[in-house]
Amino acid sequence: MSNHIEHAEEIHEIHIHRDDFGSRMGLWLFLLTEILLFGGLFLLYAGYRYIYPDGFIAAATELDVLLGTINTIILLTSSLTVVLAIVALQKSNKKLSMFFLWITVACGLLFLVNKYFEWGAKFHHGIYPKGPALQNMSEGEVLYFGLYYVMTGLHGLHIVVGLAFIGFVMWQIHKDIITSTNFQKLENSGLYWHLVDIIWIFLFPLFYLIH
Amino acid sequence: MENTQHNDHNDDHIAVAHHPSYGVNILVWIGLISLTCITVSVAGINLGSLALSVALIIAIVKSLFVINFFMHLKFDNKALKIFLGICVITFVIILLLTFFDLTFRT
Repeated sequence: MSNHIEHAEEIHEIHIHRDDFGSRMGLWLFLLTEILLFGGLFLLYAGYRYIYPDGFIAAATELDVLLGTINTIILLTSSLTVVLAIVALQKSNKKLSMFFLWITVACGLLFLVNKYFEWGAKFHHGIYPKGPALQNMSEGEVLYFGLYYVMTGLHGLHIVVGLAFIGFVMWQIHKDIITSTNFQKLENSGLYWHLVDIIWIFLFPLFYLIH
Repeated sequence: MENTQHNDHNDDHIAVAHHPSYGVNILVWIGLISLTCITVSVAGINLGSLALSVALIIAIVKSLFVINFFMHLKFDNKALKIFLGICVITFVIILLLTFFDLTFRT
């Protein structure tokens, strides 16, 4: 009897249950809710752009295409470095993995700094709720800027959350909690970061590249 | 250890996702940057009503690259592909229904 219990305890100790696929599937399901959250906003964009095509074109000229392009390249690069960090950790190269993640964090922060200057310039021109410039604009232009602030703002919030997630993962890599054989959390933070990148891939042409 | 990892690739149920190497990912990144440059320069040309379609097609191609390689869905479990497919189809149906309303509204 006591032998049986001992045996069971032994098995319990050896077999530590870890479900990497389940963890990844959970994150994917969460990402789908994110797609539908932004999907609703894209739906609003599509509807209002259909109703006010001229207002949207007029308002889009206010946006800085160069700054938008730079931010696109920054985000794409940060996505690459997250993947490279996963490959490096799989190859047991912890230092290189951390290096790539630091680049990702730097890119994310740079993106936010650019966004700060971009929004700042709009505020300076009086484009904000009840701002002097916005009150003289047509309905379509006002709707465009409403969507611009909500969508890029929500996207920026996702960048902040993604950075916090990656920061947490970096701390766990540093503590050897995430290792070359147990890296699902790093992958999940990467998946989240890539989704944020994909949303920007659609935001960029829809807001910056209308003529 | 090496052997079990190798077997994982052949399994239907992939516990640990396969990741493309450094080189493949860097190539994908170069592709993404090129597509960004293309979409910016194409926006400068007056394509009229085609402009939106071209911009969206390029954006869809870019996101397919990110989903399949960076998010390694191409190498991952089939269930995840079905999930994403259902989600995207749902969104497209809602988009179409919205436009039925908008275009036929008098």
